Amino acid sequence: MTETSHRPSGDPAAVPSPSANEPYLVVDELTVRFPTADGLVQAVTDLSYTLEQGKTLGIVGESGSGKSVSSMAIMGLHDYKRTRMSGSIRVGGQEVVGLSSEKMRTIRGGDVAMIFQDPLTSLHPFYSVGSQIAEAYTAHNKASKSQARAKAIEMLDRVGIPQPKSRVDDYPHQFSGGMRQRAMIAMALVNDPKLLIADEPTTALDVTVQAQILDLLQELQRDFNSAIIIITHDLGVVAEMADDVLVMYGGRAVEKGPTREILTHPEMPYTWGLLSSVPDVSADTDARLIPIPGNPPSLLDPPTGCPFHPRCAHRSKVPGDLCRTELPELVTGNRPGHTKRCHLANPDSIYEAEVLPEIAPDLVEVVAEDATPAETGTGLFGPDDEAADGGSVAPENR
Amino acid sequence: MFGYILRRLISGVLVLLVVSVAVFALFFYGPADPAIAYCPETRCTPQRLDNIRTSLGLDRPAAEQYGEYMKGIVAGNDFQAGAITIKCPAPCLGVSFKLRVNVTDYLMERFPATLSIAVGGAVLFLLIGVSSGIYAARRRGTLADRAIVGASLVIFAVPYYLFALLAYLLLISQWGIFPESGYFPLFTDGPVAWAKGLLLAWLVIGLTSATQYARFSRGSMIESLNEDYVRTARSKGLSERRVTMRHALRAAVVPVVTIFGLEFATLLAGTVFTERIFDIQGIGLTALNAINTRDLPVISATVLIAAAFIVIANLFVDIIYSVIDPRVRLT
Ligand SMILES: Nc1ncnc2c1ncn2[C@@H]1O[C@H](COP(=O)(O)OP(=O)(O)OP(=O)(O)O)[C@@H](O)[C@H]1O
Ligand code: SF4
Ligand SMILES: [Mg+2]
Repeated sequence: MTETSHRPSGDPAAVPSPSANEPYLVVDELTVRFPTADGLVQAVTDLSYTLEQGKTLGIVGESGSGKSVSSMAIMGLHDYKRTRMSGSIRVGGQEVVGLSSEKMRTIRGGDVAMIFQDPLTSLHPFYSVGSQIAEAYTAHNKASKSQARAKAIEMLDRVGIPQPKSRVDDYPHQFSGGMRQRAMIAMALVNDPKLLIADEPTTALDVTVQAQILDLLQELQRDFNSAIIIITHDLGVVAEMADDVLVMYGGRAVEKGPTREILTHPEMPYTWGLLSSVPDVSADTDARLIPIPGNPPSLLDPPTGCPFHPRCAHRSKVPGDLCRTELPELVTGNRPGHTKRCHLANPDSIYEAEVLPEIAPDLVEVVAEDATPAETGTGLFGPDDEAADGGSVAPENR
Repeated sequence: MFGYILRRLISGVLVLLVVSVAVFALFFYGPADPAIAYCPETRCTPQRLDNIRTSLGLDRPAAEQYGEYMKGIVAGNDFQAGAITIKCPAPCLGVSFKLRVNVTDYLMERFPATLSIAVGGAVLFLLIGVSSGIYAARRRGTLADRAIVGASLVIFAVPYYLFALLAYLLLISQWGIFPESGYFPLFTDGPVAWAKGLLLAWLVIGLTSATQYARFSRGSMIESLNEDYVRTARSKGLSERRVTMRHALRAAVVPVVTIFGLEFATLLAGTVFTERIFDIQGIGLTALNAINTRDLPVISATVLIAAAFIVIANLFVDIIYSVIDPRVRLT
């Protein structure tokens, strides 16, 4: 764990936590609503998860499923005048929902930092990269201009920017896409955060740069034992990085568990859809997700029952009209630590009989003998993949 | 940067050349003959009209006169009016038809008054407009915001000359709240007399023009407060004040600067009313009189000066852009 004594007084982490063994991040029944002219946008509903220091949580889900909104809530970045928020978010024992903006400021960029989705628009075009990193440093440390600048150079060097001494004075438009992403990461890491939220840190980058950036995050996690939330559309990234996975749909958690579990025995049809829409992993990553048929649900007027029912190919397998009328609870399925929100009684057999052949038709025969057919079937795990050891964190069950 | 400015200045000179040709052409081929203005209506014989044309130098071909005019600007020129010689060193803008004086000297005397009005007014309306716009943007949807937007719409709806006239009549003539207006040169009469004489004119320009800058900077500020990089700034744990003033504002002023460059011509045109109502002997009033008397050299000189001002103002705007936004390179 990193030492934080250099931070100004009023460190919120110093507040005694309600339970000493609580994970570093606890999100509990988080609900985020935006009142707009068109109605109430139900961006996040009843979301709960936890994350320990040193662990990585992958959040996946299609565009608009509430990944960014729920993560920004941890940083208190929603304008409280235009947002209705309920539930609880505890960071190192400190409740941040409803925290005064003065106190929030000491957490933001200090203990919790975020790498934003689009590094081109997220860096200020009028200030040099170095000064933006230095500013993040001086916001939490007493440092002279030259000390802050030296820190910025050090950070740029750490994230692998060549010639950091001269590049420090460059403006964001003089950086390439990958370098901007690194600069964003440098800015987020300048205060050695205990929790790092990376919102699609590798989207729009080419494969080699993507791999370098993921390596960088893993390295920093090793050095500082930070907790990482990685938001992505890319299940390959999840397989490589995450200990646990949270699948979101229409603002809700629909499946959650250790990464290996979720990727090899998914129990929820939406997750099946995500898996089958993964382009061949060895193929060019430029190929985006093949979208699941149908449209994402309206957040103004969400579907009744299971939010996925208008698009679900398996709802006929559920007796009665349950999928349309009743919202499935997030409950433990066939394996401990693996929860899902679906009425299907026997998801495993449906997955193996109907979904897997579609994902990897040439592997269907192998299925019978292979103990873990899905791993080879989805091609997401290499034979000696680190993440395939299975996540060691038990996701919380509610 | 230096090369850029030089090129812009050269293109500015070209613009001025085109303007001068246009003004000349308007007079020579336009519907109104300047000589008629100097011919007594009741006793105007064709013979007399010809004499006037000759004495004004209007009988020669237009191209020749234009050439002489240009030569005067570059090298100076001396004018023969009957027995006396009027000296006109470079840059010579001609000799007034009506007053028979060197136009350059004549306008230079009036120029500081106009510049004082315009600069003082601009400083005020930028200060009032931009700061109230930012204030309203930060408190969007509150009573203060609505009050600012409402007041700005009301003031904006009143024509400028009416506003100026009412202000003069009520605040100076009627109630004497403000000191008598007029122009007192800064360097001879001192700053107090100078500012006192222009005070109400500045306030009127400041308030009326501030309205659109307020609404404009409010919109621009609201937009930049929603930018991703402002969210990034906030996520670093910066104070709200630093987030708005350093990160949002810097981006929000860019469109305001653009508008200022575009509106500069309007500001100059507006001084005609201001000078008239507040009785300030500036270029605007001079131009107005010159148009009434068809005093060609004075008119073309004022048009040229106004055009030069617009060219310079736009050059300034471009330089300001490059200072604010590092992506704008003046090359
Ligand atoms: N301030 C806001 N006001 C109204 N609606 C909002 C606001 N912020 C987000 N939303 C809506 O909330 C929903 C969830 O947005 P969010 O950014 O979390 O999606 P996401 O899962 O991150 O998607 P993507 O993968 O495209 O980044 C979207 O429909 C979005 O339009
Ligand atoms: S609950 Fe019904 S509609 Fe929803 S995912 Fe499960 S089977 Fe499909
Ligand atoms: Mg997002």
